[in-house]
Amino acid sequence: MALRTLVEAINDAMRCEMAADDRVILMGEDIGREGGVFRVTEGLQALYGPQRVLDTPLAESGIVGMAIGMAIAGLRPVAEMQFMAFLYPAFDQITNHLGRMRNRSRGRFTCPLVIRAPYGGGIHPPEHHSESGEAILVHTPGIKVVIPATPYDAKGLLISAIRDPDPVIFLEPERIYRAVRQEVPDGLYTVPIGQARVVQDGTDVTVMGWGSMMREVNQAAEVMRSEGVSVEIVDVRTMSPMDVPTLIASVAKTGRAVVVHEAPRTGGLGAEIVAQINEKALLSLQAPVERVTGFDTVFPLPQLEKYYLPTTERVVEAIRRVLAF
Amino acid sequence: MFFERYDPLKQEMVCILAPDGSCNETLRPALDEQQVRQLYQQMWLLRLYDRKAVSLQRQGRFGTYAQMEGQEASMVASVLPLQPQDWLVTSYRETGAMWMHGVPLKLLSLYWMGNEFGSQMPEGVRVLPLSIPVGTHPLHAVGLAWAGKYRQDGSIAVTYFGDGATSEGDVHEAMNMAGVYQLSCIFFCQNNQYAISIPRHHQTAAPTIAQKALAYGFPGILVDGNDMFAVYAVMREAVERARRGQGPTLIEAYTYRIGAHTTADDPSKYRDDAELEEWKGRDPLLRVQRYLQQSGQWSEAWEQQMLEACTAEVEQAMEAAAAVPLPPPQDLFRYMYAEMTPQLIEQEAALLASLQHQGEGHGTAHAR
Repeated sequence: MALRTLVEAINDAMRCEMAADDRVILMGEDIGREGGVFRVTEGLQALYGPQRVLDTPLAESGIVGMAIGMAIAGLRPVAEMQFMAFLYPAFDQITNHLGRMRNRSRGRFTCPLVIRAPYGGGIHPPEHHSESGEAILVHTPGIKVVIPATPYDAKGLLISAIRDPDPVIFLEPERIYRAVRQEVPDGLYTVPIGQARVVQDGTDVTVMGWGSMMREVNQAAEVMRSEGVSVEIVDVRTMSPMDVPTLIASVAKTGRAVVVHEAPRTGGLGAEIVAQINEKALLSLQAPVERVTGFDTVFPLPQLEKYYLPTTERVVEAIRRVLAF
Repeated sequence: MFFERYDPLKQEMVCILAPDGSCNETLRPALDEQQVRQLYQQMWLLRLYDRKAVSLQRQGRFGTYAQMEGQEASMVASVLPLQPQDWLVTSYRETGAMWMHGVPLKLLSLYWMGNEFGSQMPEGVRVLPLSIPVGTHPLHAVGLAWAGKYRQDGSIAVTYFGDGATSEGDVHEAMNMAGVYQLSCIFFCQNNQYAISIPRHHQTAAPTIAQKALAYGFPGILVDGNDMFAVYAVMREAVERARRGQGPTLIEAYTYRIGAHTTADDPSKYRDDAELEEWKGRDPLLRVQRYLQQSGQWSEAWEQQMLEACTAEVEQAMEAAAAVPLPPPQDLFRYMYAEMTPQLIEQEAALLASLQHQGEGHGTAHAR
């Protein structure tokens, strides 16, 4: 065990899995000598050589398209997109090929690969470095989408993703890359894809979130606890396939729910979760489900960032509204 | 030797067998009489298949189909030098190349009839399902070639695409990456002069497509795509280079789509009869027939027999595909992931319940 940040835990997952399986190949822009712009792959090229840690040309569609061919040939590529917004040039490959290959070849060809990308806002970067496009990806059949919120989950989920027989997009909350340290085991372990995590049991209201928003969710729960409100916290963790039974069980128990995400509001995954609650737990509800989200706006430059991102205060207000209904 | 001798910047094109059947014997590849006749027969089989496919589409028994008449030489002669361990990654007008590399006509027909099982390649056949989004698939060949190099398994990857695809960004990325990693990847462009209605000169201001290879740091060559000998000779050299680890090549096969873009297209809107007639004069099959006649290897009886055999094979494949039962609704959900997700299980159950409610049996045999 060692105390590790999210970045260190992800690095450790790749280091361990590469030692265990020579089919695992890392590829991306600046990931080799440089160790990646966030240093997530630091030291791995020195350890495994340029044959297994590929510095690629600056071509996101090229990276994903090439990884598809490598995976079909039996390798296990782990491709890094420098930022989520730069995953969009590869969206054609993801939606038109990656998510379809198993189905259209009736299982003959498969794409067991991982695409890693830092996502989300809060680090005051230039434009195009703060996007949260998870809903777009979840709306793409044939791929899985995972977002860890803690170092422990990050390592275990990434190892699961690399071993998964299907393509997994692994979104890393860049705002909390180095924000917290947590005890993370040294060796190989997995956290299963497709399972949400109940972070804290509670009885009065369920608050759900994922990625870096878990910080605001936890802080809001702390505020409410001081007022005597028992909040059940759920980290959704896997966006696709989402662990609906765990979310529903929680809402059935508490009767009230708030969903928090920094992605734009309309058509966001909060809407999907509300629909699931509507279908499966409507009669348990004591109040309409609230969403605390980003807005249907372009992600702003740093000066307006604090107004865009959901804050602890906004989450607290939403919890108060569902309690007071 | 061809790659060194023919300069795409000077628009030099490799031609060996002329439309009148005369042959440049010094350049003629070492194919024996039997092989030449077999290639001729394979081209005929493809042409008959193509025509039959169009006719079935008109009868409503085939879906929208991308025709390949006129491009037979470019396909049969380019696949001939490949080995079973080599990968083929094609677009939608390369049914003939897929067949040459081991995909049964029955499967290809099943695909065009609208069944995904038509893309479930037989075990060991290294051909990816054909790709519809134009120009996106050459990247997959690059990945396959990269894996071959990593494993040193001696395989190469060949990708086919049209002149229109060369305007797509992914084709640029594919050639660039193949060059950077010096991969055993062959880019085979069938320049059939039109991307649906857009003529070749509207795709690029470059005089040839072949010359684009030079910018990626590897050789490109222009070849008469209707000349079976020239295509074979050039492709064999590209394959030998790739096999020796000498990196990628780009081949521009200069040919013509005699038919429509697909059965949903009407080419009379964008090209004139005179042009079509001129290209019919450069037909890839006719020139081999003339060559065989001039070299005393042809008889009317043999040709008749050969055409009958081809027709029978085509008919048999189409009938076998038509006899495949319609897939059950469960097939929608079954192949999305290695294991069905809870969402898919729920959605499948809902569909089956709805079908049952409507009185449509499922899981039982379906009428076609």
